[in-house]
Amino acid sequence: MSGFLAALLLGAGWNAMLVTLGTALLGLAAGAVGTVMVLRRRALLSDAMAHATLPGLGAAFLLMAALGGSGRALPGLMAGAALTAFLALLAVEWLGARTRIPEDAAIGATLSVAFGLGLVLLTVIQVAGLGEPAGLESFLLGSTAGMLRADVLAIALGAAAALSALWVLRRPMTLLAFDEGFAAAAGLPVRLLDRVAMTLVLFVTVAGMRVVGLVLIVALLILPPVAARFWTDRAGRMTVLAGLFGALSGWIGTALSAAAPDLPAGPMVVLAAATLMAASLLLAPGRGALARMRAARARQPTLDRREGELWAALRLADPASPLIERDDGHTALSALLPPDRLARLLAGGER
Amino acid sequence: MDAVFVQLSLPPLVIGVCAAVACALPGNFLLLRRQAMLGDAVAHVVLPGLVLAFVVTGSLAAPVMIGGALGAALLSVALIEAVRRLGRIEPGAAMGAVFTTLFAIGVVLLEVTGASGVHLDVEHALMGNLESLIWFDATGWASLLDPAALAGLPPQLGRMAAVLFMVILVLWLLRRPLAVATFDEGFARATGQRPGLVGMILVALSAAAAVTAFEAVGAIIVIAMFTAPPAAARLLTGRLWTQVRLSALIAAISAILGYVLAGHGPLWFGIPHAVSAAGMIAVVAGIILAGAAAFGPHRRRSGAFVTS
Amino acid sequence: MNAIGRFVETPLEESPLAIRGLSAGYGGLPAVLDADVTVAPAALTAIIGPNGAGKSTLLKAVLGLIPRQAGQVTFWGMPLVQARSRIAYVPQRASVDWGFPVTVMDVALQGLHREIGLLRPIRAHHRARAQQALERVGLAELAHRQIGALSGGQQQRVFLARALAQGADLFLLDEPLAGVDAATEDAILAVLRALRDEGRTVVAVHHDLSTVAAWFDRAVLLNRRVLAEGPVGLALTARTLQGAYGGRLPAEAGGLR
Repeated sequence: MSGFLAALLLGAGWNAMLVTLGTALLGLAAGAVGTVMVLRRRALLSDAMAHATLPGLGAAFLLMAALGGSGRALPGLMAGAALTAFLALLAVEWLGARTRIPEDAAIGATLSVAFGLGLVLLTVIQVAGLGEPAGLESFLLGSTAGMLRADVLAIALGAAAALSALWVLRRPMTLLAFDEGFAAAAGLPVRLLDRVAMTLVLFVTVAGMRVVGLVLIVALLILPPVAARFWTDRAGRMTVLAGLFGALSGWIGTALSAAAPDLPAGPMVVLAAATLMAASLLLAPGRGALARMRAARARQPTLDRREGELWAALRLADPASPLIERDDGHTALSALLPPDRLARLLAGGER
Repeated sequence: MDAVFVQLSLPPLVIGVCAAVACALPGNFLLLRRQAMLGDAVAHVVLPGLVLAFVVTGSLAAPVMIGGALGAALLSVALIEAVRRLGRIEPGAAMGAVFTTLFAIGVVLLEVTGASGVHLDVEHALMGNLESLIWFDATGWASLLDPAALAGLPPQLGRMAAVLFMVILVLWLLRRPLAVATFDEGFARATGQRPGLVGMILVALSAAAAVTAFEAVGAIIVIAMFTAPPAAARLLTGRLWTQVRLSALIAAISAILGYVLAGHGPLWFGIPHAVSAAGMIAVVAGIILAGAAAFGPHRRRSGAFVTS
Repeated sequence: MNAIGRFVETPLEESPLAIRGLSAGYGGLPAVLDADVTVAPAALTAIIGPNGAGKSTLLKAVLGLIPRQAGQVTFWGMPLVQARSRIAYVPQRASVDWGFPVTVMDVALQGLHREIGLLRPIRAHHRARAQQALERVGLAELAHRQIGALSGGQQQRVFLARALAQGADLFLLDEPLAGVDAATEDAILAVLRALRDEGRTVVAVHHDLSTVAAWFDRAVLLNRRVLAEGPVGLALTARTLQGAYGGRLPAEAGGLR
């Protein structure tokens, strides 16, 4: 426990501190960028892109090895990963726009085929005698071992770039996510905006696949926004809150993993985000499950059935008598009586 | 040669084909009902189910594993629905939130309990081990008629075949309500049918197929076969039942061709090793889908349903 | 000249919306074929026709939201790009997710996105204009509600307020009066009439033959092709309606003659 506290307060050594800061920054960027994807209803598209980094990693490894390099050079691997993730995006868009396959099926097919190709390439690396692709497999579930200052710096730069792009484009992005038709009619460059959003996802994915792993990075894009949605009804606040939740998840997850080396960092970060999400789902005031249950109980109609019928009789006697207006636009009567009975009462067929 | 084929290649081929077809068939209806990512979700949550079942019972027996996985799959479906309704968010985000969380739980459990040393590991879960499904007792084609040798068949074969049979049977029994519920849920309800129940049966059937196939051949084939063959078939025909049959055919072709290419493809380049069969099967399905998307006679969205 | 009845009087460069030979659709057969329309300025024009006639498609194609397969569209004689700031579009209410985390005021402010731009903060005068638009549709008190908490009719009015905030000269509305309560119907009609009286032009997709004569000045009768265009009483005759609706002519339309 004290180890966890020390790690939480950045006191568990230089390396643990680096990892904690880097992952928190990653979570910040992922939460904010993920909000755009969740609001645009394309959360799973980022999953397809994340899985589609695998063939890029394999291909880059093969290419670099064939050119006489080490195969594990990180910039090359990242470039390969970004390239195939982008190709997967194009594939999903093409299937969705040019054919009648619904987008979710296009995402599932692209994701699995790209990942399958990645697996084939991994085994090719093995059988071609280019050495164990052991370094590559750590990209699947991430690994914070050997994270350097340069890595944290790269993540910080990427996060800063992504967050500033988001801030500049916050209005058109929100407008597009809410009402694509209006946005397009108003002359906003819809395709370009979507491409920019996907590029930000790509940034987060490529920066995060080393830490959290490409299988789970999408969790960091989805869980914080979903958690944030329970606390606010404003897109802007939701984005900020999601970034904070993401940073908090990164921080707590890596601290836990630093304290108990058995616990892998990536999945722990995801579990921290999931805990925040579950807590928000249950406890958030207003939209949380408990608050909503309480509100539903309080909203039980105060008039009993008998009184409802009296109301109806009154209404018959004096059609101009006011009905109780409720928030949801129904009248109190319509809430109290079954519709067919209400109709009969109001029609005078039953007194 | 025959003996080697029957020993090493026949069981994986048959299991692969059964798994592919069993996933592709319900995949058609999931695709039409906009639930195509269900296979993806189930494939992710099977891992924690397997680990938990192992941790609780200490057994790796197939019924325990499949029971645990099926439980996890059904739980995940319920959780997704709960998050979607309570959070009022799009189904994709709800799905992503749930299945990544459960997958992360699976990975952590694996590490914490030490189950990873025994039999379960993440890589196996993702990639499957189609190649290891070997029929040791076979000596040639004649073994197919030899009860003693047949008893030594990989148990996955029997299970997968049974699940495939069940899938076909249930889909056949439900063919009419399923078609109506998929095409027009409101109409189905108005005419006194139970589209909700039909949908639940479909989800349970899909989960059963996904779990059994996962255990035999790994996650990637499951996800690929739930989506790619039905999507390709959708682009080749405008008729529901033709699409279902075509998807089964495409799944079978992918399984056979993928397995053969993975085993023999590298030989053409002078490399005496096989590459991942599961990955290759997904790739073949993807190539067929790409072909259908480029040339399929029904690839375009129909113009007849444009509403004014 | 493919229409049965035609009463062209507005010259092209004065017409807020002139459509010539427009064909459009979602691939395959065009849902709108060879449409010619010349919208009169400062008038309420209904686009009317049976279900599946391509009414919304026509509107979307005009705005470039779906691909045009043939034809030209001009606004006051100019192409869309040059006229965009003078056009307000009100989509169908069902086309968006009303659980989206924005308030009524946020949606009204979207109408001012051009002026506010990317980086400028939202000023008091922007809010005042959005509030004014909300007042016009009778939603001033609800400005800080989340949009999901509104009734269907109120949601439709928010959409109209957003268009009002734009201060456009041409309003293109997709079924603004479909499935709304009586209060909303009155509020929307009052706003549309006021817009016309200010000299602005309103074009609305409308589905109800029984009300078109009472609510609109002019009509475009559509069933894939434009069958008639002009003042309601002249454009919607037994003959043109028969052409559009065939044997399915609703009984209440008889009152139009």
